[in-house]
Amino acid sequence: MNHDTYPDTFIRNILNTVKTIAMVGISPKENRPSFFAFKYLLERGYRMIPVNPGQAGKEILGQKVYASLKDIPEPVDMVDIFRASQHVMPVVDEAIALPRKPQVIWMQLGVRDDAAAAKAEAAGIKVVMNRCPKIEYGRLSSEISWIGVNSRTLSSKRAPLLGKGVQRMSLNRQTMSGGATDATDRAERVRDEQEK
Amino acid sequence: MTERTPGFSTLAIHAGAQPDPTTGARATPIYQTTSFVFDDVDHAASLFGLQAFGNIYTRIGNPTCAVLEERVAALEGGTAGLAVASGHAAQVLVMHALMTPGDEFVASKKLYGGSINQFNHSFKNFGWNVVWADPDDIGSFERAITPKTKAIFIESIANPGGVITDIEAIGNIARRAGVPLIVDNTLATPYLCRPIEHGADVVIHSLTKFLGGHGNSIGGMIVDAGTFNWSREGRYPMLSEPRPEYQGIVLHETFGNFAFAIACRVLGLRDLGPALSPFNAFLILTGIETLSLRMQKHCDNAKAVAEWLAANKHVAWVSYPGLAGDRYHNLARKYCPKGAGAVFTFGLKGGYEAGVKLVSNVKLFSHLANIGDTRSLIIHPASTTHRQLSDAQKVQAGAGPDVVRLSIGIEDKDDIIADLEQALAA
Ligand SMILES: Cc1ncc(COP(=O)(O)O)c(C=O)c1O
Repeated sequence: MNHDTYPDTFIRNILNTVKTIAMVGISPKENRPSFFAFKYLLERGYRMIPVNPGQAGKEILGQKVYASLKDIPEPVDMVDIFRASQHVMPVVDEAIALPRKPQVIWMQLGVRDDAAAAKAEAAGIKVVMNRCPKIEYGRLSSEISWIGVNSRTLSSKRAPLLGKGVQRMSLNRQTMSGGATDATDRAERVRDEQEK
Repeated sequence: MTERTPGFSTLAIHAGAQPDPTTGARATPIYQTTSFVFDDVDHAASLFGLQAFGNIYTRIGNPTCAVLEERVAALEGGTAGLAVASGHAAQVLVMHALMTPGDEFVASKKLYGGSINQFNHSFKNFGWNVVWADPDDIGSFERAITPKTKAIFIESIANPGGVITDIEAIGNIARRAGVPLIVDNTLATPYLCRPIEHGADVVIHSLTKFLGGHGNSIGGMIVDAGTFNWSREGRYPMLSEPRPEYQGIVLHETFGNFAFAIACRVLGLRDLGPALSPFNAFLILTGIETLSLRMQKHCDNAKAVAEWLAANKHVAWVSYPGLAGDRYHNLARKYCPKGAGAVFTFGLKGGYEAGVKLVSNVKLFSHLANIGDTRSLIIHPASTTHRQLSDAQKVQAGAGPDVVRLSIGIEDKDDIIADLEQALAA
């Protein structure tokens, strides 16, 4: 699987299928990106399970925190990894060893480990790297368009609302892909060059 | 199945717009409202804390303006846009996100005169110090860089026309200096040139000109290319430091490759206030739907008029990069292969008097200070916009007594030429 770009259909399918998401490395601090993403996905109807050994036994947004994936007493559909790239492999190993393997391992924006991805894929798990599920949800539902972000989708169909209220949109939207941003590829190339 | 990427004209019509989720309206509605109700208290808290996407208050964002933002971002190949009240407001917000008092930025001295004024006077009052460089001497940009430099600013096609800036060469200097390249793409529009593909990190527009295109609305746009690493050296605290305005969140870390557009919105637009009205956004959006058709016709007409003028006995010189032999012709072929824009200057052998006579005698051209209208426009800078300068200063600013500036419209080209012919002969 190519991990530089993902078709919208692949991402939409994942976000439409998974129901329970374990977020590894979530911060209890309200101003951290992991907290933002956790809260957003919780409000979109996902069952969210926080995983953070330092917070085990406490609650984040009313959800009980576990020390590790294997402590979670129910199966999870997706593991969302909010840890630096060098800490990904042990999390993937743990996920593969679960009695019921997750369908998806998702690594956050800026997080990528190709070896870990290959191992997960060999175990039949779908992998997404260097993306944020909150941003992807916002993009594919068109919510992110409210803040001027290029959703890179086009549609002549009315976007469905999600549940009650008018400022929450559903993922069940029919789209074709919008314009590419050469920009993001260049940003990654420049970043890679700078890191070398 | 691989997904197709739509072409430019498709994006110009569709990007950002979809049937209204609640009414099914197909054209983008004008959301003429100051404010938006919250679903509940928690939703309000999430919006104010930047934890959810959504609408609060039209100074910070509006759904009609948002369609325009996504539309222009898509046309430029950027990650996000921010619509503001004018091109000048876009420049203020961009610099507000980058500069602290005492900082410097390097700018091309071939810019719209209003931008030169803004940088020389208003920006200096904020302690944002411009250092001028010459696009005809690329090395002058490199020499102008100091440890205080926070950005480089250029125009792709420079107003009053005739100058094509070497975006890629200056982009390389910006990259080596670790500062973002900001390109004002007003005169080219993304139809002719997409600066992000040549190294721009931020693109700005005066939507007032060709993008709106009908001379009916003032507006501005900031497009984030998503290419610059704001956190690498910690030199851009608006983006890389915890913001006290928002409970200590770090914008770059939270919003990734569209953090610059968010910073301009939630810090600049929120606090400085130059919001675009939804009605103007609607008019500009309608204009953009025909951008490809209009821009090609603007360029084709401009080339025909420039060629006709170059052969006219009253005309001393024509500065249009679309003409073979023009000093910027090769740069025009590289950066604007579809056409060299529709704004340019020429010189009259009869000097000041001939310039005054020409603008008085035209019947189809409108004598006014704008550019980028469906209508053909004319101005004689020496007797109007640059009147207060000395003769030497006028020449230095490219506004000598003999200079006339045209913005060629999309009327029939024979009528445009006939009007110039009768006015020059009269
Ligand atoms: C190249 C360029 N940039 C910026 C501006 C300023 O735009 P506005 O008049 O929308 O503030 C203009 C206006 O003439 C312009 O030509």
